[in-house]
Amino acid sequence: MINKESRKGTILEINGPIVTIRLPGVHNGEQVRIGSLGLYGEVIALEGDKAIVQIYESTEMVRPGEPVEGLGHPLSVELGPGLIGGIFDGVQRPLEEMFLKAGDQIPRGLSPDPLDREKLWRFVPTENLEPNMPIIGGARIGTVQETETVEHRIMVPPDIEGELIELAPEGDYNLEETIGQVRDRHGHVHHLKLFHRWPVRKPRPYQSRDNGIDPLITGQRILDTFFPLLKGSKCAVPGPFGAGKTVVQHQVARWANADIVIYVGCGERGNELVDVLDSFPKLKDPYTGRPLMDRTLLIANTSNMPVVAREASIYVGITIAEYYRDQGFDVVMLADSTSRWAEALREVSGRLGQMPVEEGYPAYLASRLAAFYERAGRVETMDCGKGSVTLIGAVSPPGGDFSEPVTSHTKEIIQTFWALSKELADARHYPAIDWVDSFSADVGTAAEWWHENIDRGWEKRRGQALAMLARDAELSRIVNLVGPEALSSAQRWVLEGATLIKEGVLQQSALDPVDTFSSPEKQFMLLDLILTVYDEGAALIELGVPVQELSEMPVLARLRRCKELYDSSQIDQLKAFREEALQDFKAIHSEYAQRGEQTA
Amino acid sequence: MSAKEYRTASAARGGLLTVSNVPSIAFGDRVRIRDQKGNTRNGQVILSSDEEVLIQVFEGTDDLDMENTWVRFLDEPVEIALSPEILGRVFSGLGEPRDFRPPIVSSLRRSINAAPFNPAARTYPKEFIQTGVSTIDGLNSLVRGQKLPIFSASGLPHNRLAAQIVRQAKLPDDDSRFSVVFAAMGVSYADARFFQEEFASSGVLGNVVMFVNMADDPPVERLTLPRMALTAAEYLAFDLDRHVLVVMTDMTHYAEALREVATAKGDVPARKGYPGYLYSDLAEIYERSGRIKDRHGSITLVPVLSMPSDDITHPIPDLTGYITEGQIVLSRELHNQGIYPPVHISPSLSRLMKDGIGKDFTREDHPHVSNQLYALYARALETRNLASIIGADELSARDRRYLEFADAFEERFVRQGEDEDRSIEETLNLAWNLLSSFPPQALTRVTETEMAKYHRQSGE
Repeated sequence: MINKESRKGTILEINGPIVTIRLPGVHNGEQVRIGSLGLYGEVIALEGDKAIVQIYESTEMVRPGEPVEGLGHPLSVELGPGLIGGIFDGVQRPLEEMFLKAGDQIPRGLSPDPLDREKLWRFVPTENLEPNMPIIGGARIGTVQETETVEHRIMVPPDIEGELIELAPEGDYNLEETIGQVRDRHGHVHHLKLFHRWPVRKPRPYQSRDNGIDPLITGQRILDTFFPLLKGSKCAVPGPFGAGKTVVQHQVARWANADIVIYVGCGERGNELVDVLDSFPKLKDPYTGRPLMDRTLLIANTSNMPVVAREASIYVGITIAEYYRDQGFDVVMLADSTSRWAEALREVSGRLGQMPVEEGYPAYLASRLAAFYERAGRVETMDCGKGSVTLIGAVSPPGGDFSEPVTSHTKEIIQTFWALSKELADARHYPAIDWVDSFSADVGTAAEWWHENIDRGWEKRRGQALAMLARDAELSRIVNLVGPEALSSAQRWVLEGATLIKEGVLQQSALDPVDTFSSPEKQFMLLDLILTVYDEGAALIELGVPVQELSEMPVLARLRRCKELYDSSQIDQLKAFREEALQDFKAIHSEYAQRGEQTA
Repeated sequence: MSAKEYRTASAARGGLLTVSNVPSIAFGDRVRIRDQKGNTRNGQVILSSDEEVLIQVFEGTDDLDMENTWVRFLDEPVEIALSPEILGRVFSGLGEPRDFRPPIVSSLRRSINAAPFNPAARTYPKEFIQTGVSTIDGLNSLVRGQKLPIFSASGLPHNRLAAQIVRQAKLPDDDSRFSVVFAAMGVSYADARFFQEEFASSGVLGNVVMFVNMADDPPVERLTLPRMALTAAEYLAFDLDRHVLVVMTDMTHYAEALREVATAKGDVPARKGYPGYLYSDLAEIYERSGRIKDRHGSITLVPVLSMPSDDITHPIPDLTGYITEGQIVLSRELHNQGIYPPVHISPSLSRLMKDGIGKDFTREDHPHVSNQLYALYARALETRNLASIIGADELSARDRRYLEFADAFEERFVRQGEDEDRSIEETLNLAWNLLSSFPPQALTRVTETEMAKYHRQSGE
């Protein structure tokens, strides 16, 4: 498929990022370099002897008649050790290196190798592999310690299979050196290196798909406890501006129990990526204790960078995610934001004069979105391991209107929906995830995990809390019509209970060092504690205790602060507090029980 | 520069001119056009093929006649001449002097379409700017290198607020002032004069570069104007090491000009007739603010835009909000109550605030105080709604306290004089005065230590 020879042609027309060229024998999807600057682009349509190319860089001062070169291969990424900890642009150019080479601004036509060619990596070949053994694509031939936490598995590229002729002994190799040779059934000998290339628009193969089993633990209470997401599943985070999409994505990138996190900043703010680059090396992975950057990789195509590369960026991200999945890792990919990617599609289709369907978007928006999200999944890899790609896409609906095309098409595809609400954000209720609009199709599967690992009562408690929030919404409507006096004591206690859940469980501060991460144990403890207090209170109200007296119990104020007073390792202290709280209720109970006896 | 003139114009429509039979012309090339009266017009190539080119004419295509139009291709992109002399000057959207003084002569000329900043070259903005306005400093702090727009609407005092920010902005404990780049697009003479007098009376005029396009100037010039202004700002910030505050008004006029040109070009419209690339186009402008590694200067951007029919979901404020790092929203309701500055607290936000305030920057209690004020005010507004239905007399004592808080907050914290320059210390103390009307257990967003130190009941 990869054709090495390059061919020459000329530019016919320039219309912004869309350039028409004449290049005999060019393929659809082929990479080309155009003009004297050698700008990179991709053929997106063929018309007779003309080809239409989308250019990843600005075409200012490019003129008709300048030369064009066909590179003979589609847009591909380099896959090998050295990816983790890096920051790449939408077509995998290494931004740190570009900064050192070219300064503050991204120059045109410059394209250093994505992976460092000089660096030596300690390669340890897989045991039991002998020359003359048959070997398949995706088979593991050795490992390289990429970062302290990531043991990178070197695999035979998926499109090569045959007989292993030679495998290098343990030693230090750079990326260009041959570490093995495979003869395919046509007798052609392939030299294997520590890296290989893969076209980004082609999903990498696997043996079979598996169902998701384990929830992704993000340490965020509203996500894990109320709207769980399975490893290998797909999720959308829609929200108007200012509702906190980026903070939710950053929190997941920080605290998710994944092996690898790929963060794609697609058409978003430059400073948000700087925030990740600045803060992640200083933050510790709660599971390994190592700096978070040791498992993180950034793809950055900020909003001011060329639109066409933005379209490519999420494919670059997902291909790298699949590559680590094939090594047997659980990968989380965050795409912020898929709306900007869809807008890039719209811009290109508009320039091609394609018929728009909804709000200017092309008719193929829905199918492209679906095909992209389908690249997530938990699979059995070619070498019979298990790996997963969990995909979380932010959506930026214009005006916060979830009925717009990108949100509504995405909603049809995904399993978990974390809907952000402007009203909650305006009241500084963070994370502003709306418990009414959000959903998870995987609660049943997640419940099995919670029941086995945390507590049998999880699903029931979760249901009770949601029911109470629903009841709260209903009662609040009445209050807004006729005032709080219209409610019975029991109803007013429901309002109090719902407030406790909102403040004590749902609200979680990303900025508070303790509250930012909640282990599953702590999440359940807090929920159970608040519901227990509610139940105790409800029983007292039956006895005739006024709501006022309960609401003013000092223990309630403390209950709201439990999330930030006890960290995830202080489960015992939480238990002690629970006992203390129950004592307070008992005291009131016995007081009223006595009074009841006296009056009787 | 090519001296050759072409008389092969074949079509002129809606500000666009087609010229046939030209040799290969660069995309984005700058063009000079001579019309039948001998007047010069400026343009830029927006589509170039081996057969013809399409030129966007900044002054419009009215009165052109195909026979007597001469077109010259300058073989250079749209550029601006830069030197320290630009300070104190006034330019048009094409970089030509508007102050009856000679043009800038300099060997340094830069294309106004700068290559994008490498994200790896940026540093995260963290230095708190004290604007002296409590609603901004206390609740939506601005930091050096941030882009924080003012969302306004017709008839609201956004210009006065922008001028107050320009006048008062400084780093606490640092008296160095900002250099100002002022970009006015489609503004009225009255507004332009207001700013000019404002800059003159506060003595900063020599430190200001103005780019002005009046409401009756060609709208196409509004497309190059912000790029001219930002190229000048980048020069001041990253070549001359200055801290630059860029004020742009009114971005809505910019977007409308973009729509006008896009429609003439036949671009597919997305929402409300605006082209699908409005987001990317606005981002090209807004993302030019920021801080760069190893550079002393910075660009802080305060764009002003008016929300058509006060609608925050209109594409212009909506897309802006997705790009900028927060927004200051003005409220007609507060304005009608006579409160200045009428900052609408709930939808206002500063995304970079979290890293620029607190211990080492402003004061340790700042993050929690701001959070607490937001939460109380949100609750207080709910109570106010309730009171308007059932009457204030029906409220519980607890609810009445919220009601009083809402009034006190608006009257004492939000309201301030146009010349009142409050230090951050004053702003925070004022906040604690208001918070102290609540008992300590009602304040769950501030810590117990902060309460002991600043709350007036528990501190005694």
